[in-house]
Amino acid sequence: MAGETLTRGIAFVLADDEGALIDDIDTDMIFHNKWLHITDASEMGKYALGNLEGYSDFPERVATLDVEGLDGFFLIAGANFGAGSSRQQAVDCFKALGCCGILAASVAPIYLRNTINAGMPIAQIPDLPGKVQHGDPLTLDFSAGTVSNARTSKALKPNPPISSVQVKILGAGGLLKLAF
Amino acid sequence: MGQTLIEKIIAAKVDREVAAGEVVWLPLDVMTARDFGGASVVKNFRQAYGADAKVVDPQRILFTFDCNAPANTVGYATNQMVCREFAEAQGVRVFDVDAGIGSHILIEQGLARPGATAIGTDSHYNILGAVGALGMGMGDVDVAFAFRNGKVWFEVPPTVRVNIEGRLAWPATAKDLTLAIVRHFGTGGLLGRAIEFFGEIIDSMDIAGRITLASMATEMSAVIALIPPSEPVLDFARERSGIAPEPVFADPDAGYEQEVTVDLGDIEPMVAAPYSPANVGTVRELAVERIRIHTGFVGSCTNGRFEDFAPVVEVLGDSQIAEGVTLRVVPATKEVYGELLKSGLLAKLFDAGALVSNQGCGGCASGQIGITGEGEVQVSTSNRNFKGKQGAGRTYLASPVTVAASVKAGYITAPEVD
Repeated sequence: MAGETLTRGIAFVLADDEGALIDDIDTDMIFHNKWLHITDASEMGKYALGNLEGYSDFPERVATLDVEGLDGFFLIAGANFGAGSSRQQAVDCFKALGCCGILAASVAPIYLRNTINAGMPIAQIPDLPGKVQHGDPLTLDFSAGTVSNARTSKALKPNPPISSVQVKILGAGGLLKLAF
Repeated sequence: MGQTLIEKIIAAKVDREVAAGEVVWLPLDVMTARDFGGASVVKNFRQAYGADAKVVDPQRILFTFDCNAPANTVGYATNQMVCREFAEAQGVRVFDVDAGIGSHILIEQGLARPGATAIGTDSHYNILGAVGALGMGMGDVDVAFAFRNGKVWFEVPPTVRVNIEGRLAWPATAKDLTLAIVRHFGTGGLLGRAIEFFGEIIDSMDIAGRITLASMATEMSAVIALIPPSEPVLDFARERSGIAPEPVFADPDAGYEQEVTVDLGDIEPMVAAPYSPANVGTVRELAVERIRIHTGFVGSCTNGRFEDFAPVVEVLGDSQIAEGVTLRVVPATKEVYGELLKSGLLAKLFDAGALVSNQGCGGCASGQIGITGEGEVQVSTSNRNFKGKQGAGRTYLASPVTVAASVKAGYITAPEVD
């Protein structure tokens, strides 16, 4: 079981010009409301972060990441990630591009649910700033509730922890796959 | 230790006491989807449970089309048809493109009663906290699951009790109080929390004001802002639902994570400058800059009630909107539109030069009232002014009174401030 709850990927850091993690990345920056009519997940990737200054080429940039043998890339962000709307597309657009998990200093509540429901691990790590650099190899174990950075050999501590129901949903591969 | 309001609402649904941090499968009284998200809910539902699967209870489920109403893109129009066909096959009610904003319809129809639980694909569903109901915006996966199972997973959030002190009098309104509170706590200041508002100002607020205050919990990343129902709120709920309400209140010894008293003093007209709802200052400070505006917008789930339009008419009086400025007015629902029409306020808005649109969400989701262009400055009663949210222009958030005074003057101002 333990092996199945591990997610391995490299870090893609959402930082400003000074290198600080960007706070308050809202759902209109992630997936703008003009694309809300799109329901086909494979169509969503190209619009990901299209309205975040400095990241309009995000889909092309993540396409060049070397994630061979890994589950994909981890998105790294600051506080209040995913604030705003309830749109599931703001999660699905990242999945479509090969994102395997999200680490942020904190996450807006609806976005947190949507990510878990999509079967994608997400962790709130209050002291995340300064702990992860672009390209760092990260491992997240959702059942153990741990995140580690192989470059620094340091553990990153989710707080609040990944809850029991979140573990259950992630274990099922998403809410709609959960036997209920 | 006693329970907070959200804990009491949940406890009544799961038949046991609950505390912050616990996980529950929360039974829902009302489950809805909009034209935005709705088609994905249908798609998820069919993929997960099969083409012939039935919803848990058609009586507790409904669709509301309010984002793009009537649809002005083929994508939205098609999504609405997907929802209509699903609804017909399932025996589920649709509040179509002529109905208005879903969260407001739930309140008007008496479906969101004090103590009720409701979800919808609308991040401002926590507006239902205005009547003491637990409303939550959720994504299309949660809603598809709920359509099938009648429940959602829920981690009981910690509650912050916020005592509001100060004085609220014309030309300041509930919106100014709300913006002052968002400034105090910031965009992530109450992240993941339930809020309970207390104070004399809160007690005396009408339903429209409570809606305004509750709506901006989302802009502080709170789960919900619950306002203990007053007698007028309970009377309203009784009248609309035809059922005697069973209001839920926090226990006197409730276990709050934190209790905060915010003294707002003499509340003045406030404005949130681009590009954050928490970037708030007084209109008095801003008025000296004579910020030229092109567009005024009164409407949205935050300020789309009859009580929000009446002061606009009062401020405009016999004046005309300034040259080179347009005022867009969008009633929240058909009921509000009817009230405006029959009371004569619509004619007065028309005479002042306002463009009155059909009911719905208005500008917030690239909807029916247009978006801003590069260089355009808009003063709006909506709840978000993120960069790019409502077009390429700059949006200032303010009260209906401030918008009215601003479109009259041609720059951002409020009565009695400059």
